[in-house]
Amino acid sequence: MTQHVTLRPEEVLIHAISRMLEGLGHVAVGAASPIPGAAAFLAQQRSGGTLRVSLLGSEAHNFFTDGGRELFDCAAQGRIDAFFLGGAQIDGAANINLVGIGGYPQSRVRFPGSFGSAYLYHLIPRVILFREEHSPRTLVQKVDFISAAGVSPDNHYRPGGPHALVTGRCIFAFDRESGRFRLQSVHPGHSVAEVREQTGFAFDLPESVPETELPDDATLDLIRGPVVRAVAETYPAFAARVFGVNTESAA
Amino acid sequence: MSPSTTRPLPEAPAARDTPAMTVDLLSVEDLAARVPDGALLGLPPDYSGCAMAAVRALIRRGAKTLHLVAAPQMGFQADMLIGAGCVAEVEAAAVTLGEYGPAPRFTAAVKAGGIAIKDSTCPAIHAGLQAAEKGVPFLPLRGILGSDLLAYRDDWRVIDNPYGEPDGEGDPIVLLPAIRPDVALFHAVRADRTGNVWIGVRRELMTLAHAAKQTLVTVEEITDEDLMADDRTAAGTIPSLYVTALATAKEGARPLGLRGCYAADHAHLQSYVTLAASEDGFARYLRQHVFGREAAE
Repeated sequence: MTQHVTLRPEEVLIHAISRMLEGLGHVAVGAASPIPGAAAFLAQQRSGGTLRVSLLGSEAHNFFTDGGRELFDCAAQGRIDAFFLGGAQIDGAANINLVGIGGYPQSRVRFPGSFGSAYLYHLIPRVILFREEHSPRTLVQKVDFISAAGVSPDNHYRPGGPHALVTGRCIFAFDRESGRFRLQSVHPGHSVAEVREQTGFAFDLPESVPETELPDDATLDLIRGPVVRAVAETYPAFAARVFGVNTESAA
Repeated sequence: MSPSTTRPLPEAPAARDTPAMTVDLLSVEDLAARVPDGALLGLPPDYSGCAMAAVRALIRRGAKTLHLVAAPQMGFQADMLIGAGCVAEVEAAAVTLGEYGPAPRFTAAVKAGGIAIKDSTCPAIHAGLQAAEKGVPFLPLRGILGSDLLAYRDDWRVIDNPYGEPDGEGDPIVLLPAIRPDVALFHAVRADRTGNVWIGVRRELMTLAHAAKQTLVTVEEITDEDLMADDRTAAGTIPSLYVTALATAKEGARPLGLRGCYAADHAHLQSYVTLAASEDGFARYLRQHVFGREAAE
């Protein structure tokens, strides 16, 4: 294991996201989510093992036994505290688009589809939006297609919803009352001016914006040790590319 | 215990009522021929049990105007069938090649308007299949409200929860119609001589089989053991009641993987993605890996 290397941007994100999972009982992580997955394992390490992590696509970290539907039934019962969603586009009202850009159904750019987002966004209390690419292309004023709506009228049953948006540049907190994002912190090497320039939607900007909290040495040891080993089972390419961990021999 | 027993053998277990195979045992080609043109065909996701050998046979037989329904998302199977011109419509929560990226033939067909798409969300498809399992016309489901999915799905309904607060502001809830595939097609590790199919923990295959009018399964092997005789296998077994026909297809999920048996063939899947990026390349893939394999399957 390589130690004392420069802090990686991914490590800042993993630490920041894991802080949002403190004190929770069950975190589920969907497909194609190595950084949220690593964050969940880091939170699990720091919870003394009390946090349950369900990593979809994993065999070792996925305890569901009733088929693809169980995650969704579990969520509707309130048995999942946090989940992650992304979006080809995310807008200022936290609507997300996983379907396409430029018309529907014959979209100019077509993405895979909405997966479970239209449902889980309403039912899981703490949904963390994660999109590494932070540009006017991804963070837009209004999404072309609402896969899942950020806010709902008061009479809609909605125990769940957006909690925060984490990008490669910053963290926005989401206020469900006002239905707006507020800039919470900016990652090292990035600035508020840059965030304003690269964000396509309006957001609340406090007078002073702190730098995103960085992981300490003990946290880095956890990330580079047990966390990467756990996430490598499902995301070997990520573990190899970012951390230089070769899992072929460990498998 | 018979008093006439002379040898100290343990008593044989009571002979279970094991009827002869009520399920048709076919070749992969004949199994694929059981999927009629225009059928609503239920398929599992790449991580479950995909009958790739049978999908290749479907392409070879020139299947037409299939309506695919994903349980609840699809990958390589859908992309190949769409690219080969077998598909008129797709209902799915997503069509994706996962870590290999977007599904190129699906994406091209949507852009060109070559297929109709019924965009859904995972639990809506699970609920539709569960409604079919129960023989009821619909199931209600939370969430979804406010999504454009609902705006474009004229077969989905919203009602006011009839069990809600009588003097409340109303509690809208979405109703999903039953999804009853004409045919479910998937691959599993083994079946027994009666036609029971062991699927282990991949229970979305159980739901698919319960919901579909006909279920066609390819298996790695037909075993002599009775899968229903031991709870350890019976709990993960689809009873032959739900199984219409079987075919043996060794490594029948390849180039995808099969849990507990073999891993996906990454080099092959990567080469598919590269070739399928263009229509010509996809045609070359079909020549090499679908039409060229007829003798082998």
